[in-house]
Amino acid sequence: MLIRFAELFQDSLKPVLHGGAMDTYYHPADLGKFAEMGKGNEELWDKFLGYYSAVFADGALSEREKALIALGVAHAVQCPYCIDAYTQACLEKGSNVEEMTEAVHVACAIRGGASLVHGVQMRNVAGKLSM
Amino acid sequence: MGTLNSRANPLASAAEQLRVLSTPDGCAPFEERLRTAGLAPLCATGIRVFQVNVGKLCNQTCAHCHVDAGPDRREIMSQETAEQCTHALAQTDIPTVDITGGAPELAPCFRYLVEESKKLGRHVTDRCNLTVLLLPSQADLAEFLARHEVEVIASLPYYRAAQTDAQRGEGVFEKSIRALRLLNDLGYGKQGSGLKLNLVYNPVGAFLPPKQEAIEKQFRRELEQKHNVVFNHLCTMTNMPISRFLEFLLNSGNYEGYMQRLANAFNAAAAAGVMCRYTLSVGWDGTLYDCDFNQMLELPTGYGAPQHIRDFDPARLHAREIVTNNHCYGCTAGDGSSCGGTIA
Repeated sequence: MLIRFAELFQDSLKPVLHGGAMDTYYHPADLGKFAEMGKGNEELWDKFLGYYSAVFADGALSEREKALIALGVAHAVQCPYCIDAYTQACLEKGSNVEEMTEAVHVACAIRGGASLVHGVQMRNVAGKLSM
Repeated sequence: MGTLNSRANPLASAAEQLRVLSTPDGCAPFEERLRTAGLAPLCATGIRVFQVNVGKLCNQTCAHCHVDAGPDRREIMSQETAEQCTHALAQTDIPTVDITGGAPELAPCFRYLVEESKKLGRHVTDRCNLTVLLLPSQADLAEFLARHEVEVIASLPYYRAAQTDAQRGEGVFEKSIRALRLLNDLGYGKQGSGLKLNLVYNPVGAFLPPKQEAIEKQFRRELEQKHNVVFNHLCTMTNMPISRFLEFLLNSGNYEGYMQRLANAFNAAAAAGVMCRYTLSVGWDGTLYDCDFNQMLELPTGYGAPQHIRDFDPARLHAREIVTNNHCYGCTAGDGSSCGGTIA
C-alpha cells in the first residue's frame, strides 16, 4: 500500500521536479513583492492598502489583539505569506509563542467546528429519509 | 553559551564584525540614508549623558549581548581611569552619569563613580542585570544604590520565564523577580519614594520591539498580578547586530532579513534624535566613543575630537561629528532605540 502511494506521489511530482532542481509555488521572498500588485491597478491597490492599514490600527482592539486574530485567520485560510508576516507581527507587538499557539487552536476549532456543525444538516437529511 | 572571546570565535574581533556589517544585501549604506534624510553629517547637540562603561566582566552571558560580556572577561576600568572620568565630569554641568558594563557593579571602581558623581550633584543611573544584586559578594549593593538614590535601569526581556531564560540564561527570570522584590522592599518603583526603577525590554529574537506604551502596560499587569512587582517605566531597546547577537543572526540565518528589516524601518525622526547626539561614551580603558555600540565595534570618536578621557575637552566634544556605520540602523528603526527607550 505504501509503495503504491509513493509511486502515485512520485508521478504527481514529475511536473515539479525537472533538471534535478526542486521548484516551489511559494517563495518567501515574494512576500516582499506584495506592493507590486499595485502595478496592475494602482487605484485599487491604494484603496486596499488604506483600508488594510486602518483595519490594523489601534482601535477598540489593540494592535496586538488584531495581530493575533490575523494570525488565527491566516491559519484558517492557510496563507503562508500571512502566517510568515503575522508571526513576526505578533512577536513585534509583544505576544509570545504560547499566545500564538492558542490563536492557531482557535482557527482549528472554528474550522473543525464549521465542519462538525454541518453534521446537523446530515442528521436532518438522514432523519427525513430514514424510517 | 560562553563569550565569543572564550570560544575564540572570529566575531570576537571588532574588525571581523565590521567586515560582516559592511555587506548586508538590500541595505543602502547608513551614511547614504542619512544624506537622503538631510541629516548628514550627523553631529552631537551637546552632552547630556556621561556614559561610563566600567568593563566587560559580568556574572551572566546573555545571548543578545553586544558587549560580549561574561565571567571570563578581564577588561575592567582602573581606579586611575575612573578618577580621570570624575575629573572630566567636574569640568562640566552634564546632568546624568550612566554607568554600564558588563555588570558594572562588579567593577571595583563602581561605587567610587557613584559616590563622586553624587557629590558633584549629578543624577546617576545603573544599568543592572538584577541577578548581580543576589550575589553574596554584593549583599549590600541594593542598599548602597538606594542610599545614593541611584536610578536602577534593569534588563528584563519578558514577563515570563521561558523567554527571559532563553535570552539571559536558565533561572535568570526567577532570580530577576527576587531581585525586583528586593528593590521594591527598599522603595524602588513605589510612588513617592523617589527611587526610580525602570525596566528595559529587548526582543528575544530577530524582530523589532513592540510599541513601548503597549508593552509597558502588559509588563505592569503581569508583574503586579503574578509576582507582586512594581516599577516606574519600561523602555524598549532594539537588538543591535553586534557581538553575540550578530552571532545569533548569522547562525540562525536571520542576518540579511534582520538588516533589511532595520533598514526598511529607517525613521528620519528617530535618526534626528539618536542618543549619540547627546551622549559621550567612555570605555573601560578611557577611550572615548559616540556610544556603547561604537565602543564594542572599536570605533572611537573621530573627525578631530579627543579620543581619550585624559584629553577631555567639552568644547571639542559637544558638537563633534558622529562616527556611523551600518549597525546604526538599529537605533533608527521604527520608533527608534536608545538607552532611554524609543525616540520618535
